[in-house]
Amino acid sequence: MAKTKFLVSRYDAARDTKPYLQEFRLEIPQGATLLDCINLIKWTQDGTLTYRMSCRSAICGSCSMKVNGHARLACKTQAADVVIDGAVTIEPMGNLPLIRDLAVDLEPFFDSIDRVKPYLVPDESRQWKREMLQSHDDYRKIEDASTCIMCASCWSDCNVLEVDPRFLGPAALAKAQRFVHDSRDSDTIGRIEFLSRVTGMWDCTHCAECATRCPTDAKPLFRIKELRTAAMTHKITNNNGARHVLAFRESVGGTVPGIGGGMLNENYIPVRSVGFFNLDGILSIIPVGVRMIIRGKNPPILPHIIDKFGEVRAMFRRFNDYRKEYRK
Amino acid sequence: MRKHDVVIVGAGLAGLRAALELAGKVDVAVVSKVYPSRSHSGAAQGGVAAAMANESDDSPELHMYDTVKGSDYLGDQDAIEIMTHDAPITITEMEHLGCVFSRDAEGRIAQREFGGHSKPRACYAADRTGHAMLHTLYEQSFKYKKDITFYNEWYLLDLIYQDGSARGIVAMDMKTGDIEVIHAKAVLFGTGGYGRAYKITSNAFANTGDGIMAAYRAGLPLEDMEFVQFHPTGLYQQGILMSEAARGEGGYLLNGNMERFMERYAKSRMELAPRDIVSRAEQSEINEGRGAGPNKDYIYIDLRHLGREKILEKLPQIRQLAIDFLGVDCIDNPIPIQPTAHYSMGGIPASKDCEVYSDEKGTIVKGFYAAGECSCISVHGANRLGTNSLLDATVFGRRAGKSILNYLVGAKHEPVNEAEEKRKARKRIDDLLYTPSTESANNIRNELKEAMTTNVGVYRDKERLAAAHKKLKELQQRFTKVRVEDKGKVFNTEIIEALELANMLAYSELIIAGAEARTESRGAHARVDYPTRDDVNWMKHTMVSAGADGAIQLKYKPVVVTKHQPEERKY
Repeated sequence: MAKTKFLVSRYDAARDTKPYLQEFRLEIPQGATLLDCINLIKWTQDGTLTYRMSCRSAICGSCSMKVNGHARLACKTQAADVVIDGAVTIEPMGNLPLIRDLAVDLEPFFDSIDRVKPYLVPDESRQWKREMLQSHDDYRKIEDASTCIMCASCWSDCNVLEVDPRFLGPAALAKAQRFVHDSRDSDTIGRIEFLSRVTGMWDCTHCAECATRCPTDAKPLFRIKELRTAAMTHKITNNNGARHVLAFRESVGGTVPGIGGGMLNENYIPVRSVGFFNLDGILSIIPVGVRMIIRGKNPPILPHIIDKFGEVRAMFRRFNDYRKEYRK
Repeated sequence: MRKHDVVIVGAGLAGLRAALELAGKVDVAVVSKVYPSRSHSGAAQGGVAAAMANESDDSPELHMYDTVKGSDYLGDQDAIEIMTHDAPITITEMEHLGCVFSRDAEGRIAQREFGGHSKPRACYAADRTGHAMLHTLYEQSFKYKKDITFYNEWYLLDLIYQDGSARGIVAMDMKTGDIEVIHAKAVLFGTGGYGRAYKITSNAFANTGDGIMAAYRAGLPLEDMEFVQFHPTGLYQQGILMSEAARGEGGYLLNGNMERFMERYAKSRMELAPRDIVSRAEQSEINEGRGAGPNKDYIYIDLRHLGREKILEKLPQIRQLAIDFLGVDCIDNPIPIQPTAHYSMGGIPASKDCEVYSDEKGTIVKGFYAAGECSCISVHGANRLGTNSLLDATVFGRRAGKSILNYLVGAKHEPVNEAEEKRKARKRIDDLLYTPSTESANNIRNELKEAMTTNVGVYRDKERLAAAHKKLKELQQRFTKVRVEDKGKVFNTEIIEALELANMLAYSELIIAGAEARTESRGAHARVDYPTRDDVNWMKHTMVSAGADGAIQLKYKPVVVTKHQPEERKY
């Protein structure tokens, strides 16, 4: 079998001004994981290669790294599956300061977990001699989030974090969902209010990278959606994110064709999102509006009428019926 | 020099549970070579035992009897009694802290069958119970972040032990390479097991016995090192754990002829006999030519009859592991498995309050505590029952915390010679870095693991043990010339791996020495040349320590028997 090219990112602050790719060649043993291969490189070719690993069974979350551009657990990846044209590129996780080679500083990631009050706040007024009871259905609401192994793969590939390092990030939001939906937790409203603030659940842009990279069932994107549903259900909507969603519904779900019904009224949505009486908010979006007008990107004042207005109405009716059913 | 009231080494279940007990009351520090959520407690899958009696009648007394019998009567019964009686409250507390458990129809913690337990006693969170418990404690550590100082990715180099008392530790901050002394009134080790010396093992790369060897180097004895548990269901050639829950939920073990061979070895309990018995049965099938596969060297675990729905709900993790590592989906096909080194029954001898003993007479080291897998209290004796390890770590982590609180009343920081401690640790590292070197650490490690799996595995005999001992001596010699290329300070994982290998080479010899001396078969220690249990001569714990010249010394201490006299073990 031919040797595979492993292009591995190297960086040692004592020697290098910036990371570079070093080429190693290795014949991938039958059935070897990517971690097996990296270990072979370290143990037989270059002892200075630096990375983290421990359990090698996809539960400790140590060995996440970028493989061909995206975060993965090296131990959970069959090496042969990621070879492209005879090569595989291995780089450190993104959105985290580099320490050395593939090892990054995880403190920002763990700090994000800290910010969401990541522990149960039980109802102190109730005394349980034995375990608190929880139905199987309630357990299922928190099961997926509880499988998170804190590997930070989601954090590495999060597009929002790339532009806004203050964002809570996917893992912390998934952790928060686990408590918001925990039938034993007494701080549901307080949690949702906190998570509704800027940098919280509404800052996610649904790019789905986190759910795609997540090696477990935690899949943060879906947990974020559950958080948003919870915010709506509990009517915690006094914030731009929630208002933005309401504005969408009001506009597209509107009953009069032509002034928004059946489609997005892009003049209405931004103002509705920041709040009609939020003077600061409205002033803050005026420059964007002005720039849009200058560049000719402003939406028409009177939106046109779409062809299939009836179909959109039918969808909304079904959606409303579903919501009533769900509320029961 | 850093100073705390208590320094805990290890951030798994035992260490974190103890830290929680101490948080807010005293100044506590937790040192771990990995981030706490990476600790190997998280890899435990099937469950945690407690006589909650949710699924059937049950009692701590029955749990105690099952554990004593499972231990092949080597477990200390006073300690076992405490563990099984503390179990329900300890698990209830974990639930109150927010642990996510699977639930039964009434909303109570669900419980399932497990090997060697006569009742469905394993509380579980699908097949990732250790993960659920570890993360619960880690969550709590955020709650108490002001009260607990974490030294994450600090590697333990030495225990500071002088004139009968423990005074702190020496550790390396991996991010900077700096060696530091952490001075404390009390030290707790929750540093985990030593299964990494085997080629086929379920253990993480981190499980290299750093804690037990720091104690041993400081001059303290280790207990029952020869008892290494082989788990019956490790993924073929990988050793990765396939939970016993797979059998608890009704999985079959099949040999190459697709027979449920356990009928010949444990007629009444079948696949749910204790692990030592099942692993021996598997090894016998393989040795006698009835293994599966082209080389007849593995066994199958068959889950197909459980059905897709049950597998997806109760055993999702192991299904995924078999898919990822062997490309086998257990919904459609049986999974190839073999016995895998799994759990260290032996370790640092400690009392039921986790106080470490300095000899076989029961002399207590002041200010030194051990809990969890690194300790030998001894609640597992010669063979641990599945689900008793998460219990052991949690119960004794909790007890260690309480015990330390009592000790701290009136305790003070005993003097420490910081410069000298750092110099000794520095020298050990510099010797590795700067001695002219030719030997590959990789070769030494591979040869060690091969020798341990082949010669100190499920079945042992005089010749094989002697061969392994000879090999160990050779490897230790070669290690003095081991090559470490990385001379850097920042995150030097190569030097850490060399220090870990030194530990593995040292404790492997202790395993062998204990096994050579013990001329009987008991629990996980099965001698082909001494096939029966010998209660007259061997109903005792091995205590191994370094003599004045560094040579290995074996002493023994009696087993604590309270309620249950040894009987023949039948399942």
